Amino acid sequence: MNPDINIIITDREGQKHEVVAPTDMNMNIMELVRSYELAPEGTIGVCGGMAMCASCQCYILTPQIELPEMQDDEEAMLSEAFYTKENSRLGCQIQLTPEMEGLAIELAPES
Amino acid sequence: MIKTDILIIGAGPTGLFTVFEAGLLKLKCHLIDALPQPGGQCAEIYPKKPIYDIPAFPEVLAGDLVDNLMEQIKPFEPGFTLGERADTIEKLDDGTFVVTTNKGTKHHAPVVAIAGGLGSFEPRKPLIENLGHYEDKGVRYMIKDPEFYRDKKVVIAGGGDSALDWSIFLADVAEEVTLVHRRNEFRGALDSVDKVKELKDLGKINLITPAEIVQLEGKNFLEAVLIRKSNEAKEEFWLPVDEFIPLFGLSPKLGPIADWGLEIEKNAIKVDNSLDYQTNIPGIYAIGDVNTYPGKLKLILCGFHEATLMCQSAYQRIFPDKKYVMKYTTVGGVTGFDGSKKEAPKAVVKAIN
Repeated sequence: MNPDINIIITDREGQKHEVVAPTDMNMNIMELVRSYELAPEGTIGVCGGMAMCASCQCYILTPQIELPEMQDDEEAMLSEAFYTKENSRLGCQIQLTPEMEGLAIELAPES
Repeated sequence: MIKTDILIIGAGPTGLFTVFEAGLLKLKCHLIDALPQPGGQCAEIYPKKPIYDIPAFPEVLAGDLVDNLMEQIKPFEPGFTLGERADTIEKLDDGTFVVTTNKGTKHHAPVVAIAGGLGSFEPRKPLIENLGHYEDKGVRYMIKDPEFYRDKKVVIAGGGDSALDWSIFLADVAEEVTLVHRRNEFRGALDSVDKVKELKDLGKINLITPAEIVQLEGKNFLEAVLIRKSNEAKEEFWLPVDEFIPLFGLSPKLGPIADWGLEIEKNAIKVDNSLDYQTNIPGIYAIGDVNTYPGKLKLILCGFHEATLMCQSAYQRIFPDKKYVMKYTTVGGVTGFDGSKKEAPKAVVKAIN
């Protein structure tokens, strides 16, 4: 049985949300944000999670928590995205695992 | 004025399949789409990606799905208004509608089917000060007529297929083509990347990477762009240009449809899913990803189903006195408006002696 984990998400208005995320449902961060409706439908996950639109770009605020390494397609998409920072990732490319307990992220502005 | 039976807004898979179902009912269709080609997201965002949940297709590329749909609806001769966005709608006294695009093209139909997906695709604009000031005065986000760039100095920014493909194409048209991208790696088809490298070696494309355009200058029209290399202020230089084409992809916006008086919930149009996917305005339907109802799933296969039921209701609206009996295509065949007819071959009856 995989445990639920706690994730802190700062939405685009700067509001912080502490949410509980399952780790046994093959869910990624983009889907987690959508399931809690922390960004309006149609403004996140536009391509459905193919790393092809950058609408789920987020900033990772907890560098100490290890995340899956960035793949080529994610890196390429981020290189075309706006508002990127050193700690930018695409939420759709980060599957939730038990090791991510306490992860904090902030959604990048809509573009 | 373009006249049709069902005016479809959005030429994605759902909109395209609507043409087929309407055609079986002898209803003609016309489609409006903001993109220059049919197919919606499938053609624009992920043509080379596979889809696994189209019934009876264990695997199909999104681009092939669109090609197949275009082939399937060909006998029904759909009309297209492409590269234009549906802007306004007017309900006439007789209950029919006039839809006008941003280019002023008018369409008249008794039934409007909104199959707009997540909305119309608008170019994603880079964050450069004054960018808006030069729009259509040296800054353009889409290339409509390549000849426009003949003998001009052009700079293209972006790292995807469209940036690569247009750089290649314009290399033969423009006086000078400069391609600027934030990284050394490009995200396009391999042969496009190779071709750009070849043209760069031939001196036909001026490739500047990793670099970004950070400032624009010009009195009335764009005259130069400031390019920053390797994200270093000391590596900045001005490049004289006539035209700047930022190609950073497109993002969908519900846009003007949101102001049509339709009931909107979570960026989608509320419809009656117990019956015919009609909106709160009789005669306007919403099908596919653009609609919402309890239990809605944004899947292409659901859009196909919604389109099918919607056409039945549209038929009743257009011909209130006619009785319609659903016929299987295997039984009734498919008779196109182009005179073509497809039907199942008759079984051979032969006695065995």
